[in-house]
Amino acid sequence: MTENLIEFTDDNFDTEVLKSNLPVLVDFWAEWCGPCKMIAPIVEEIAGDYAGKVKVGKVNVDFNNQVAMQYGIRGIPALLVFKGGAVANQIVGAVPKNNITQILDEVI
Amino acid sequence: MNRKVIIIGSGPAGLTAATYAARANLEPLVFEGSQPGGQLTITTDVENYPGFPDGILGPDLMDKFRDQAKRFGAECYFKHVTKVDLSDRPFKVWVANETYTSDTIIIATGATARLLGLESETRLMGHGVSACATCDGFFFKDKKVLVIGGGDSAMEEANFLTKFAAEVQIVHRRDALRASKIMQDRIMNNPRITIQWNTVLEDIEGNEADGVSGVSLRDTRTDEVRQEPCDGVFLAIGHVPNTELFDAVLDLDDQKYIRTIDASSRTSIAGVFACGDVQDHVYRQAITAAGTGCMAAMDAEKYLESLAV
Repeated sequence: MTENLIEFTDDNFDTEVLKSNLPVLVDFWAEWCGPCKMIAPIVEEIAGDYAGKVKVGKVNVDFNNQVAMQYGIRGIPALLVFKGGAVANQIVGAVPKNNITQILDEVI
Repeated sequence: MNRKVIIIGSGPAGLTAATYAARANLEPLVFEGSQPGGQLTITTDVENYPGFPDGILGPDLMDKFRDQAKRFGAECYFKHVTKVDLSDRPFKVWVANETYTSDTIIIATGATARLLGLESETRLMGHGVSACATCDGFFFKDKKVLVIGGGDSAMEEANFLTKFAAEVQIVHRRDALRASKIMQDRIMNNPRITIQWNTVLEDIEGNEADGVSGVSLRDTRTDEVRQEPCDGVFLAIGHVPNTELFDAVLDLDDQKYIRTIDASSRTSIAGVFACGDVQDHVYRQAITAAGTGCMAAMDAEKYLESLAV
């Protein structure tokens, strides 16, 4: 992972995401998910583009079942935007970059 | 810089066209679209692609296709073409605000999963409704799921889902499956799969927070509607060609597939070629897509030679 991209887990989700001062983009993914691999480079780009404005990170659903279940993830890739500890918006499925930046621009 | 060949699409057809065009020194540019590698990237084992006697994973096969095209100099951009202008030479292709031009265009945009067109289906997509078992099956551990469809892809999805789900029901509108014999045998021998014959999906119940709670099914012979509780719905009811960009521009058939001329890859516009699933609703295999991709590159090369004379 690049320096701007954070690995969120069941353990750090509360401090890193829910209590974050910045809005957070969370990418729920797994190794076996083709579309997740497709959008991975986009999410990485966004992490660079929005550095200082939005915190960007990934949750591997294979190892972080709790968070995935808590937010009712039933399809991946799932991109959830958190602001002030709550889900502000979400996209399920692989989409072009501008669809993702659009929902980020709404929260910054 | 004006290109000799622009390829739109990056499944077996597009990337085979790229390999052949690159080896012919045509320096092709490939727009990979929003799903690089195409439909095979959301499958698991590919057991019928020649040269891989032990099978190969779909995404791995497509990585090999891409590596092979790049080895000969094809450029692959992870970009989605938003507009084309084929009315003038050179042809123009847009990716949002960026413009590209080319002497030939090879269309390999493929097909995407067909949806039923229900409001509930769109609303619950990603929340219990899915068109990709390999992506979403994981979230249905020990649950009950329905697979809608009767072809090979429906059987593959159903089979794959039994890795996770406690119970898989196939819902099929006819009284016989279209799927190949080998896939049918696997289904019949899988104790966790049952089939609901002569049945269509009428509606899906649930909400975004809690997912799918059940469906309404209709018996096509009696018109009787019944409720069936379930946790997930997987759609495998065929495909639609990705030809929105070419509607009213190229000659399409009544199902919106691109028409090609005289068993070639040529379309109704000289210099524009089509290959793979976007022009084939009969075979729709990786190997046939690759074959027509090869044809498209050779047809484009021949066309470019005719321009130079």
